[in-house]
Amino acid sequence: MSEAMPDTPQFSTANKQKIVELLTRYPRSQGALIPVLWLAQDQFGWLSTPVMELVAAELKLSVTSVLATAMFYTMLYKKPHGRFHVQICTNVSCYLRGSDDIVAMAREVLGIEPGQTSSDGLFTLEEVQCLCACERAPTLQINQDDYFRVTPESLRELLTNLQTVGAKLGPRPGWVDEALAGHGSHEHGGHHHA
Amino acid sequence: MPEHRLLLRRHLGVDFTKLENYLKHGGFKMWAKALELGPDGVTAEVKASGLRGRGGAGFPTGMKWGFLPKDNRPRYLVVNADEGEPGTFKDRYFLEEDPFRQLEGILLGAYAINAHTCYIYIRGEYWNSKNVTEDAIQQLYKANWLGKNIQGSGFDLDVYVHSGAGAYICGEETALIESIEGKPGMPRLKPPFPANIGVFSMPTIVNNTETLAAVPVILEMGAQAWSDLGSPRNGGTKLVGVAGHVKNPGLFEVPMGTPMREIIYELGGGILDDREILAVIPGGSSCPFLTKDEIDVAMDFDALKTKGSMLGTACITVIAEGTDLIKVMGRVAKFYQHESCGQCTPCRQGTGWLHAIAQKLDQGAAGEEAIDLLIDACNQIDGNTICAHGEAAAWPIRSIAKKFRPQLEAAIRARLAAA
Ligand SMILES: Cc1cc2nc3c(=O)[nH]c(=O)nc-3n(C[C@H](O)[C@H](O)[C@H](O)COP(=O)(O)O)c2cc1C
Ligand code: SF4
Ligand code: FES
Repeated sequence: MSEAMPDTPQFSTANKQKIVELLTRYPRSQGALIPVLWLAQDQFGWLSTPVMELVAAELKLSVTSVLATAMFYTMLYKKPHGRFHVQICTNVSCYLRGSDDIVAMAREVLGIEPGQTSSDGLFTLEEVQCLCACERAPTLQINQDDYFRVTPESLRELLTNLQTVGAKLGPRPGWVDEALAGHGSHEHGGHHHA
Repeated sequence: MPEHRLLLRRHLGVDFTKLENYLKHGGFKMWAKALELGPDGVTAEVKASGLRGRGGAGFPTGMKWGFLPKDNRPRYLVVNADEGEPGTFKDRYFLEEDPFRQLEGILLGAYAINAHTCYIYIRGEYWNSKNVTEDAIQQLYKANWLGKNIQGSGFDLDVYVHSGAGAYICGEETALIESIEGKPGMPRLKPPFPANIGVFSMPTIVNNTETLAAVPVILEMGAQAWSDLGSPRNGGTKLVGVAGHVKNPGLFEVPMGTPMREIIYELGGGILDDREILAVIPGGSSCPFLTKDEIDVAMDFDALKTKGSMLGTACITVIAEGTDLIKVMGRVAKFYQHESCGQCTPCRQGTGWLHAIAQKLDQGAAGEEAIDLLIDACNQIDGNTICAHGEAAAWPIRSIAKKFRPQLEAAIRARLAAA
């Protein structure tokens, strides 16, 4: 996957300082691993092999242990993701309150299936597990923002707005169209079995 | 019906994310009382209150604190704010709207067990919770309610937010510990228990957010008064949720042991479109489902056990007549398969079968005999795994298969006829 990140990645100065501070919070450097993977994902968009090697070097951990941890957690991206990660809760309470219609609307507006990323790199659509705001079902999360009591109409409006915003912003850092890069499908297996 | 306002304080309309407001409403008053009581006195008070863990298992909190070995190793307090049990939405309230309640509880708890470091493990998806809690911690450091020599007491405490990254299983306390150590969230075999060998191999107490948030309230009102509020052996008040097919979904606070029917029909406003109840999940999807004839039960740990279910997180999901239980079961099975850490064969394979059978049923590709297959698969998981995740999958699905057989059979016949 190294062609996804041609240059050797480097942490920003701010992130380097942040890492020094994070290391003081844990008696062993591996304690800082997940927080540092979050920083890396924030800066580089996703966790490519060179990025994981960088994290390993920074924390003096083996690449294998960094990989094992990164693989386990669904929110740590092992593939490029769209600028907007649209995560629709389809667990029981949201199902009871119409999440099927919400998913259908997202597919219609975005033209992609759950598990896929649009080829312009703007949207990744996913069905996710309970976001634990069931009293305000149906729910969804886009990047770090929660949306509650969503209706198909409110979702259409929201996504249409994001399409406009996204056209200006372009994809996330580190975006590469995996299909073009020769990695085949766009599927994002949400499963975290290593 | 009696709603209580000890923990849930939305009605005051105060912005409790600001320390000055929290202090104005009596916040951190219990620190002086804790210093008076001393660490053992605080533990004794919590023990006497009968407080039982709000993470789902209901283990007596004071007793857990008392299990720490009497040695000189550093101790850790770890807060379980990994709220992820489907159907649950209670810890989110403290994390987003009243973060200092939990933090005052942390200070009191850490003092009681003599811990100087606390990690709050917040679910990765809870961005707002992480931001609000982090900001609250910074306010406390500035005001010397955290850090060195807190308020001149000589007691030091550092508190850090540790973000999860999308793995339900990290709510299990030993998986959570692994995750703080930077590893995959694979539950550990017990014993050793965390009280002896926990995070970074040191003695560790893991408590749920709501458990710790109750501690300042208990110190303030006194152990006896707290205990008197609830039912016997189930003292105090409890946050309860009602969601699903109800008219007024929401989060409420009631004395432990409040009748479930009242919670659903009075606080929850009754069933949407005045339909009948088909099924009720008492406290998150790991709990065996109840039929409409089983809801005359007190919402507490012991009463729900006698009905073959559990209090769990006490966030109720109401499912109305007319709902397709094959679909509901499919969502439950999918969840537990997806979230299995995979290290025990009965859980990894078994949850895979449950999901596969549920999918077949949904597609009209399996007949009524699949119901027995489901029960069989559940029996093979039950009791054969490292952590309770296996049972969390098996118990609810077995309860659907056994208690709702006529409804499942009707749904199967309808699919076969359509095919
Ligand atoms: C699969 C699984 C998931 C769990 N998830 C949570 C959770 O999200 N939050 C929580 O507080 N406890 C959860 N628990 C319970 C914890 O293991 C532990 O009992 C609890 O954090 C102890 O705190 P308490 O004594 O204050 O309840 C879970 C347990 C299992 C088996
Ligand atoms: S029961 Fe399931 S989740 Fe728990 S340790 Fe075993 S495989 Fe992992
Ligand atoms: S089921 Fe969707 S938020 Fe809980």
